[in-house]
Amino acid sequence: MTTLLEVDGVSVSFDGFRAINNLSIQIGEPELRAVIGPNGAGKTTFMDIITGKTKPDEGRITWGDRNISLLGMSESEIAMEGIGRKFQKPTVFEDQTVRENLAMALRNPRGPFAVLFYKKTREGAARIEEIADEIGLSDSLTRKSGELSHGQKQWLEIGMLLAQDPRLLLVDEPAAGMTTAERELTTDLLKRAAETRAVVVVEHDMEFVRRLDCKVTVLHEGSVLAEGSLDHVTADQTVIDVYLGRS
Amino acid sequence: MTNSFLMRNPSTLWFLLGLSLFTIVVTALSDAGVGVMSTSFVKTLGKTLCLCLIAVAMDVVWGYCGILSLGHFAFFGIGGYAVGMWLMYARTEGIVLDSFASQTIPPTPQEVTDAIGNQIFGVVGSSEFPAIWAFSDSLILQLLLVVLVPGLLALLFGWLAFRSRVTGVYLSILTQAMTLALALYLFQNDSGLRGNNGLSGLQNIPGFEDTPQSTISLAFFYASALAVALGYVLFAWITSGKMGSVIKAIRDNESRVRFLGYHVESYKLFVFTITAVVAAIAGALYYPQAGIINPAEIAPIASIYLAVWVAIGGRGRLYGAVIGAAFVSLLSSWFTGGGAPAIPLGFYTVQWTDWWLVLLGLSFVAVTLYAPKGIGGLFDYLVRKPS
Amino acid sequence: MTRVLIMLAMLLGFSPAAQAQDLQNLLQTHAEEVASPGRRTVGVVLDDLAASGIPQVATFLEQWQEKSVWQGPEGLFFIAAEEGDTLNLTDIDSGVQSTAPAAGFTQLKPNGGVRRVIGTALVQFQLMDPDLTRRTTAVASIARRPEASQLAPLLASIDGESDAALKARKIQLANFLSASFADDPTDRIAAITSLSTDVSVEARAVLNQILTTSTGIATQLPSDANIAQVLTPGAEISLDAAYALLVEDDLAAPITTAEEIKSALAANIVDGRVGDVPVVQLNTTDNRAYAYAQLAEAGTAPALVTTADRDAALADYVFFEIYDEDDATITTAAKTALASVETRVAVGQTADLTLDALSLASIYFLAAIGLAITFGVMGVINMAHGEFIMMGAYTGYVVQLFVPSYTASIIIALPLAFAVTFGAGVAMERLVIRHLYHRPLETLLATFGISIALQQLAKNIFGTQARPLTSPAWLDGALVFNDVVQISYIRIAIFVLAVIFLFLILFVLKRTRLGLEVRAVTQNPGMAASMGINPDRINMLTFGLGSGIAGIAGVAIGLYAKVTSEMGADYIVQSFMTVVVGGVGNVWGTLAGASLIGFLQKGIEWLNPSNTLAAQTYMILFIILFIQFRPKGIVALKGRAAAD
Repeated sequence: MTTLLEVDGVSVSFDGFRAINNLSIQIGEPELRAVIGPNGAGKTTFMDIITGKTKPDEGRITWGDRNISLLGMSESEIAMEGIGRKFQKPTVFEDQTVRENLAMALRNPRGPFAVLFYKKTREGAARIEEIADEIGLSDSLTRKSGELSHGQKQWLEIGMLLAQDPRLLLVDEPAAGMTTAERELTTDLLKRAAETRAVVVVEHDMEFVRRLDCKVTVLHEGSVLAEGSLDHVTADQTVIDVYLGRS
Repeated sequence: MTNSFLMRNPSTLWFLLGLSLFTIVVTALSDAGVGVMSTSFVKTLGKTLCLCLIAVAMDVVWGYCGILSLGHFAFFGIGGYAVGMWLMYARTEGIVLDSFASQTIPPTPQEVTDAIGNQIFGVVGSSEFPAIWAFSDSLILQLLLVVLVPGLLALLFGWLAFRSRVTGVYLSILTQAMTLALALYLFQNDSGLRGNNGLSGLQNIPGFEDTPQSTISLAFFYASALAVALGYVLFAWITSGKMGSVIKAIRDNESRVRFLGYHVESYKLFVFTITAVVAAIAGALYYPQAGIINPAEIAPIASIYLAVWVAIGGRGRLYGAVIGAAFVSLLSSWFTGGGAPAIPLGFYTVQWTDWWLVLLGLSFVAVTLYAPKGIGGLFDYLVRKPS
Repeated sequence: MTRVLIMLAMLLGFSPAAQAQDLQNLLQTHAEEVASPGRRTVGVVLDDLAASGIPQVATFLEQWQEKSVWQGPEGLFFIAAEEGDTLNLTDIDSGVQSTAPAAGFTQLKPNGGVRRVIGTALVQFQLMDPDLTRRTTAVASIARRPEASQLAPLLASIDGESDAALKARKIQLANFLSASFADDPTDRIAAITSLSTDVSVEARAVLNQILTTSTGIATQLPSDANIAQVLTPGAEISLDAAYALLVEDDLAAPITTAEEIKSALAANIVDGRVGDVPVVQLNTTDNRAYAYAQLAEAGTAPALVTTADRDAALADYVFFEIYDEDDATITTAAKTALASVETRVAVGQTADLTLDALSLASIYFLAAIGLAITFGVMGVINMAHGEFIMMGAYTGYVVQLFVPSYTASIIIALPLAFAVTFGAGVAMERLVIRHLYHRPLETLLATFGISIALQQLAKNIFGTQARPLTSPAWLDGALVFNDVVQISYIRIAIFVLAVIFLFLILFVLKRTRLGLEVRAVTQNPGMAASMGINPDRINMLTFGLGSGIAGIAGVAIGLYAKVTSEMGADYIVQSFMTVVVGGVGNVWGTLAGASLIGFLQKGIEWLNPSNTLAAQTYMILFIILFIQFRPKGIVALKGRAAAD
């Protein structure tokens, strides 16, 4: 397992409030990692920083085999580097069909003219079928994604991530609002994805994290409080005090 | 390619068919046919087609890409000015040369230029040709400017605005400011474009002085119809397929598209610029039919009306924009032109020239509130009902 | 300075003579001249009269000027009024009335020139007249047409002046006159130097008058003249202008114009040719010159004078500006004084510009603050905001139709305008806006629909012509600091109104329950709702408040501009700019935006005063660029709240 992403000493503050405070995390490839922490621990901001939505005040973020810096790159450039992100609230394009949603995410040239003159290919169609199968939406390809159930939208979004073929998947609370059966499917989906790439899951739900069965990083007040297996971190007294003790 | 594209988009085919039928009917009714349609009405229809074209462009930039631009009428105006400069120059040159012909001594080139300058810029107390008229003696160069000036302006403005992530109402206000700045600039006498006099006499086409206006009006009507057809097909092609997918996605959730790896700014810039260019072409066809262009045409209110047409016609469907522009602009000229009968209420008589704008404003509110999909939405509803 | 003047008075040898003599006798010594005076010769009589110190002289001169003096058969002079065939006579010394038949009397009819000279002489009497109004009139007439002869009487009248203001004015005027006319150069320089602190238009006119020049031409620069500037052709003076001076002085022949060449050619066409050039080839300047040269050679046209001839002629002469005042020390002093005055004027203009900008900023602030509140709290752009301003202004107009007292009507109009637009705002929020939350672009369009409907409605009700909203008399006029810096009271009132509203809004937002709830809804609507704040109610009240302030702004704007149905449209874009530039959802931001735009606009107008349209164009371009660099405005909210 090689290091794919290294976040080193990153801090960011909003109007004097330190959302992220000297945070350092390393993610390997392939790896499945869960990030947990109480509200306001900086989980979402952590993702914002990696994906380029928020610029950190200090610190370094290096990526990939060539150790390039992600700072100063735009969101789309970072996405093209191979970092995919799934939002907390499912954000699929509800006005468009499942196929169109997936087609947009497929790993193809992203320039306007390349897209304008884009022609559908057999390989592309096959890949869409494959992903749809993976996320259990094979029968819904022609449906408007707005008509899907909440869980299906979550899967479609994960499917779009897979279609991007990223090396690192950032997944924000994938299990929120899902039924137990749906959760199991989601867990399997993420675990399968993590076999070939890095997957970082931000999650509230301890049961879900336990089922993922992976290394866990606990965030608190913008920095890492503890890291290790779930059993290890839940035994940590400081973690119990700040997080588990409260919930 | 286009062939298969048309096959996959039957609504575009239907539109082209309707447009062809409309052209044939107008020809048959005009002086070229049975002659029951007046030349001025042919011109009105030709102008309406140009408005339909800019409405389609507006629909793409707003209805599909979610950028409520309040500046597209500025591009329309620039197109009109660019072609108007040639029309005015060439026609004045003809008049000046005629007047010199009666003199005993042939004029020097300088005398000709001075006389033309005097004719054109006398109203603003000048006789010098401003630098922006450098190409006005060449139709081809001015036609190139019709495309280039708005294109580059849209590119520059869009690049600045999208780069700094100005979106939503902010962008609308910024485009409105751009329009206002342009209009105010043109209102100045030393703008080089005759201040608030604008350019006039554009209905006289140099080289066709002997051709009757009825023929010229029909020719422009055909040109406008062709432009609408081509513009419609172009935009139908752009908005279908993957490009359409991406720009609709940008409309619905810009930042999500960014995380998919698309450089959103480039897409917006592409859409903003190409629609600006089409708007300018529409303007270049419109003003020779209108005969006059002045800075008031470019005032921000015109761009807002454009948004109104598109909203009433129905956003996000190209034929909706066409319906909206044609319906509202024709209705508007019917009401304001005194075509609508006054309604006597006994104590007060409703004169439509006074009350049309009140009606339009309120019906616009009603459409926004109760029929956000506009007339086009109604159309959808009727078509789909049987299935 | 007074000492200088007194010394001056003594030097001039002016002293009121008090000789016991009567006027009739004095006049008889000059009887012939009095009976038929000449403009140049009457001075002797007037000098004597003035020197006599006889109190009746002033009255006599006035009557003489009015052609009311008649000469009797014995040669005596009377003040007389004609009534039919008889004259009502008044003795010029005693004032005794009598009548006499008109026959035998001759009316004295001094001509216009003489009457003017008499008038000038009269001034010295009027300056000491017991009646303050007449003294003031006399001083004003001197100020209008200053002459050297008025200096002495003016100086003499200063000491006896009882009115303090008039005395100050007399001293100032005497100073102007000494600067221009005093005999002793030292006095003039002293007076001129004392003007270097006076920024009034009059003082500048005096200095400029001393510095007037005329243009001179010579083959060599005169060494003894007081030369202001040497004019090099092509640099300080254009070649053509310099040559025109030569032509004017008959030192050179005018350049043959293209028009002259053309008509000479046209007049000399022989067999389709001019000289040996066919007419069809006369379509270039070179060919025409060639053909004309042939005509000139043949003597059928005057010789061709070209620009080369012009340049050669110019080389033989020097051009210069020469001061009308010969004494170089005086012109130098005047130049120094003028430079110093101009520096002061520039400082004053800066101050004046600042005041102007401040009042413009107040107007923008008033117009925009309501918009900023609704935009900030609800994320709603209200395109009808400008029409609320208009409604406020028309409310004021309607109130003035019913309440004749302007003061009372304004006092009634302000709260009434607030009430009317508050109501309109609440109605609009209830009926339209609340159905369009989360669709900000559509709100923009729907409110635009309302805007055009309201505008047309106002046109239908009030007509298209502008309606007046008259300010109370105590707001007329301006606070004048000096000739350069002044500001009208109405603008001060608007400034005060803006300041009041700034604090009122800050108070409402920071110190009241409503303000707390408004801020809560602005920062986090979801959280606010969960804490029991009813966002619907807050939205409604905020919208009402924002609209109400627009109404009051309308009354204020209507007071100094005309009330028309389109006045709102004039302010709406500027108001948007103010809000966007300042930063959304922040009162201080709006203040900063209004100040920036106000000062910027005035600044650009100052740079290019002839063209306010250009100023507005450049200002908008600046704002477009500004937003590129600070998309969230001057006072930006940061953090997660601002991101979405």
